[in-house]
Amino acid sequence: MAVSEQRNVSVEIKDDKVFTWPNLVAKEFLAAIFVTVGLLVYSYFVDAPLRELSNPGQAENPAKAPWYFLGLQEALVYFDPWFAGVVLPSIIILGLIVIPYVDNNPKGNGYYTFRERKFAVSTFMFGYIFWYILIYIGTALRGPFWSFFWPWEEWTHDFPTPPPLHNLPLPVGIALLLGFYFFGLVLPALINRKFFNKIGIIRYVITMGLMVTMFGTVLKMFLRLAFNIKYMIATPWINI
Amino acid sequence: MKSLQELKKLITENEIWRSVFRHGYTDTPRNRVLQIISNVWLHLHPAKVREHGTKIRFTWCMGGITFFIFLFETLTGILLMFYYTPDVNRAYADIVDLMYVVPFGRFLRNSHRWGAHAMVITVSIHMLRVFLTGSYKPPRQFNWVVGVFLLVLTFLLSFTGYLLPWDQLGYWAITVGTNMARATPLLGHEGPFAYILGMEANNDIRFALLGGTSIGAPALLRAYVWHCIGIPVIASALMMVHFWRVRKDGGISGPL
Repeated sequence: MAVSEQRNVSVEIKDDKVFTWPNLVAKEFLAAIFVTVGLLVYSYFVDAPLRELSNPGQAENPAKAPWYFLGLQEALVYFDPWFAGVVLPSIIILGLIVIPYVDNNPKGNGYYTFRERKFAVSTFMFGYIFWYILIYIGTALRGPFWSFFWPWEEWTHDFPTPPPLHNLPLPVGIALLLGFYFFGLVLPALINRKFFNKIGIIRYVITMGLMVTMFGTVLKMFLRLAFNIKYMIATPWINI
Repeated sequence: MKSLQELKKLITENEIWRSVFRHGYTDTPRNRVLQIISNVWLHLHPAKVREHGTKIRFTWCMGGITFFIFLFETLTGILLMFYYTPDVNRAYADIVDLMYVVPFGRFLRNSHRWGAHAMVITVSIHMLRVFLTGSYKPPRQFNWVVGVFLLVLTFLLSFTGYLLPWDQLGYWAITVGTNMARATPLLGHEGPFAYILGMEANNDIRFALLGGTSIGAPALLRAYVWHCIGIPVIASALMMVHFWRVRKDGGISGPL
């Protein structure tokens, strides 16, 4: 009796499995062929760049990192190297790693959906697109001395002197930064109690801490562009 | 027609053929399964997969293509190694030779270079797909973490290769990149609080990466060894984990 019941249950499970051969393998094979042909045709017509022999005495101007790091190099305009080149990428990597552990929304597991995970998708897409926008600026719009040129402008060494930069007074900067993190962490919890309760305090602090840092990075860039502010916090030990 | 059948029989029905191909080619469910599980390369796959895993509009095929480009880069990279010496006096000349002297050398170098760029793009699109389908959700949390490390390793593979031509482009790109290391808090000699650990130009983390205070012969050798051996070995190990976990976690997406 028990056995036959079990059988009934297993019959009801929807089996959406198909044979790997040929359903998957054929497509993989085709994809491999297309990629190979594409790469070879492109390689036949376009040469890989090669400049003159390296010369430690004569720096390239502009000297650019490989394109996938140009987002970080572009961030160097707005931040000191310890942040743009080391801490920011580390935060990005750590942030990516913790995604599965802070996103405890059970919906959207294994299918495309925006409606069921608006917050996760929009936050990730913001970061993803912003990363590529910075790469585009660093690759295409930065000329000699890393000065800005629109795509239709010619790169010259004859560009107007950038306006002088100034720092925020130390107490103002510290107050702004602490206030930004305080409100960034507290306000969303007060406004959206349900969200806070759903993910719990530890997940909430990690998620919002990362998100506030991401938006803070963008805001600092805005402060620099709009108000010529170099550092929010300038001390002999560390500048932010 | 009849003689063709006989010829086929002659070729396939003997000990030698049977020792290589253990099952027939007739399209039966049994042979479809055997095709996968009796083939050392294909048995990375299960005999059956969930249907969405075979849909290109679902997977964009980007993970598979990234792995394929890794193999493509391995092959072209091995061929390039025959013509390249990681020595500051020879490296650039070897690349120029590849471009102008070695038969198909230019084609070989181009395809390795463009393959490297393509791999960075496909791995990042793969990550986007995995995110948008929620494929990092239970039980696949750990495989996402492995994937993030593989993403970083892809960047590092490409980055270490950038220096090898020993031209102005690579030299200054690596200069810009590794100059970041000296700004590392605590560990780089120009970074915040570096004085606590007594960091100088000749003992900080940048020194460890370059094998010197500036980019010279040791840096080129280090880039070469990391590029050709170190990182590929680590990445291969992580790829084994990555693919194994896809199997163990019940396919590429969806709850168990």
